[in-house]
Amino acid sequence: MVFHLDKCIGCHTCSIACKNVWTDRKGAEYMWWNNVETKPGTGYPTAWEDQNKYHGGWEQNNGQPDLKMGRRELRVLNIFHNPHLPKLDDYYEPWTYKYEDLFDSPEGADQPTARPISMITGKYVDIEAGPNWDDDLGGSPVYAANDPNLDKLTEEERAQVFEIDKLVFFYLPRICNHCVNPACVAACPSGAIYKRGEDGIVLINQEKCRGWRMCVTACPYKKSYYNWSTGKSEKCILCFPRLETGQAPACFHSCVGRIRYLGGLLYDADRLLDALRVPDDKLVEAQREMILDPRDPQVREGALGNGIDARALEACERSPVYRYVKEWKMALPLHPEFRTLPMLFYVPPLLPVMAKSEDGLYDSSNAELFSPIEKARLPMKYMASLFAGGNQDLVRYALKKQYAVRLFKRLDTVGDMDAAAVKRALEQLNMTEEEAEQIFRLTALPLFDERFVIPPSHREQALQMLNDDMWAEKGGAGFGFREAPVRGA
Amino acid sequence: MHNNLLYIILPYTAFTIAVVFTIHRYRKDAFTYSSLSSQFLESKELFYGSVAWHFGVIGALAGHVIGFLLPSGVRWFNGVPVRLYILETTGLLFGLLALIGIISLVVRRATSSRVRAVTSKMDVVVVTLLLIQVSLGVYIAVFYRWGSSWYVTSAVPYLRSLWALQPDLKMIEPLPLVIKLHIVNFYLLLIVFPFSRLVHMLVIPLQYLWRPYQIVIWNWNRRRAQAHAPQPARQPAGVTSPADEAAAETQPVSVYTR
Ligand code: SF4
Ligand code: SF4
Repeated sequence: MVFHLDKCIGCHTCSIACKNVWTDRKGAEYMWWNNVETKPGTGYPTAWEDQNKYHGGWEQNNGQPDLKMGRRELRVLNIFHNPHLPKLDDYYEPWTYKYEDLFDSPEGADQPTARPISMITGKYVDIEAGPNWDDDLGGSPVYAANDPNLDKLTEEERAQVFEIDKLVFFYLPRICNHCVNPACVAACPSGAIYKRGEDGIVLINQEKCRGWRMCVTACPYKKSYYNWSTGKSEKCILCFPRLETGQAPACFHSCVGRIRYLGGLLYDADRLLDALRVPDDKLVEAQREMILDPRDPQVREGALGNGIDARALEACERSPVYRYVKEWKMALPLHPEFRTLPMLFYVPPLLPVMAKSEDGLYDSSNAELFSPIEKARLPMKYMASLFAGGNQDLVRYALKKQYAVRLFKRLDTVGDMDAAAVKRALEQLNMTEEEAEQIFRLTALPLFDERFVIPPSHREQALQMLNDDMWAEKGGAGFGFREAPVRGA
Repeated sequence: MHNNLLYIILPYTAFTIAVVFTIHRYRKDAFTYSSLSSQFLESKELFYGSVAWHFGVIGALAGHVIGFLLPSGVRWFNGVPVRLYILETTGLLFGLLALIGIISLVVRRATSSRVRAVTSKMDVVVVTLLLIQVSLGVYIAVFYRWGSSWYVTSAVPYLRSLWALQPDLKMIEPLPLVIKLHIVNFYLLLIVFPFSRLVHMLVIPLQYLWRPYQIVIWNWNRRRAQAHAPQPARQPAGVTSPADEAAAETQPVSVYTR
């Protein structure tokens, strides 16, 4: 998965699509499997990135990765009370309005109002937080100022971010990253969470989940949620029923900015432990190393031998994700230092200073080609803290590449650029004109099936594995609960 | 007559109901097996209540089970007075811990409106029975001294006679009323067990202690695919060999992901 942040308009259509399909239920009202945050900001749940507070993700113990929430035995001992569980108030108390009052109130001196009531207790509540409380920098002195990523900046740099005429923000849509080294799976005492071999989707078996809540703590992205009504944890399922029928997940499909890309990646899981042993700022490269080239004959042979379907391999060859992540090195994982090896990659947003105003004059001339990147309004340090484990070079490279494509296309379509300078810019980044053109196409003009290259799921093989009479399944329901997902007594 | 009813018919009925319906529920409705934790809604008070309750009740229960399984061992252990005192005090402490725990859990449930929202009628029944059971237990521990010894010489023979399908009420008939109540209330708990949240004690996740951290499950028939795929002449570097994987189906392997 790749999210191209330069294209996200912060419309929240993705969140609503997901909510309507999956979490519009009792116990799940507060869950947003897909949410869109404003950065700088504290996000949802509040300050989720602060692992000193939430204890999510992995850490290195003498070269041995282990969960940050503590040793294995603690997960069993802490089932009676998980000391690091986020509470409802870290998210928000879901509410609705008492709309009947608008119609049923007796005649009086005042207009009737629909007062907010809690969707948990049914009592009146004062709304103090919502899923998107700091949208568009709302309440920035409280929220944006407490963004954990700002900790790494100097006082001066911090002040700069919030200078009123330089004020800057961007959107960060988040779903479960369907990690290669998922902390949620590792923390589940019941063994209810698993990663699917064929497509890497991380799922919680609702029949095996016992509500021990360890995954909620372990996931550093806080993308596993506890359903307070059914007593089971739930998370993004990447719309697998849609994927298995060749459709893009609801949030991908509905994305207005068309920022989302989906396609297969082949990786070598044997390199996992080595990849996890490197320091934070080397993690992105180590993860890239794990990703294999689907065109490499050796890789193809190995994959086929490992039971990967030939048509799935063919889809991997056309994967837009492979291009952004491995070929072009433009897409970076969110917070690689949590060491779950997230499989959702972000193309960082260009927030260039295109001009400066001095003495009332607007000056848009730039002496240096890449100076708008170097002077980006959000310090490179901030971006590197989000997307590269502190490695500023990787972010700089990704941004410069985006910028070079713009210069290239401007020369191509408007023509008011110095051709030699543009050529120099491409050369500096080791990129050819064809590559620039391809990046432009996939970024600006991709068709639906170029954005979503979904390998076939071959559910028929899953059926065959059951060793049952195949025809017994004929006309059966495709998926879903064989028992109602209702709370036990 | 009513002795037969309470101490022979009731236990057998309760035990049968507990076993049959617990299995039935697990097979038909595994979804409802959950801790039904309310920590997400209220965490602070839960800490004192839940930790005290669970450790207390596990300790007390373990004592009863050990007495049932190894009555002669307990008698031998109690042969030395110091050891008897230690055992008695430990048992009482566990009981008190459980009592304090359950009282604070009841208070919490009654005072937090969020927790009340997830309280079922069965929860009220269960908590009432447990409260009675633990209070009786603590009362007995305090007022009928040396319980650890007389438990194995009176109640245990009775329980074992039930287990051997030769019910023998001789030893418990002369017991005081509170102790009899404690026994009958236990049977009531057995009856509600399969229909309440108590079933969560059957799914304590001990297997977690030795399973590998990561779990990968394949829907594709990889063995079949491997049989059909052109056999590679040699293993390409860095790609897991099919043989390794057939051996370890749940280990992370080379896969693609989105
Ligand atoms: S992002 Fe998803 S897969 Fe990764 S740890 Fe969190 S819940 Fe698990
Ligand atoms: S629908 Fe697309 S553009 Fe809109 S907020 Fe979501 S990710 Fe951004």
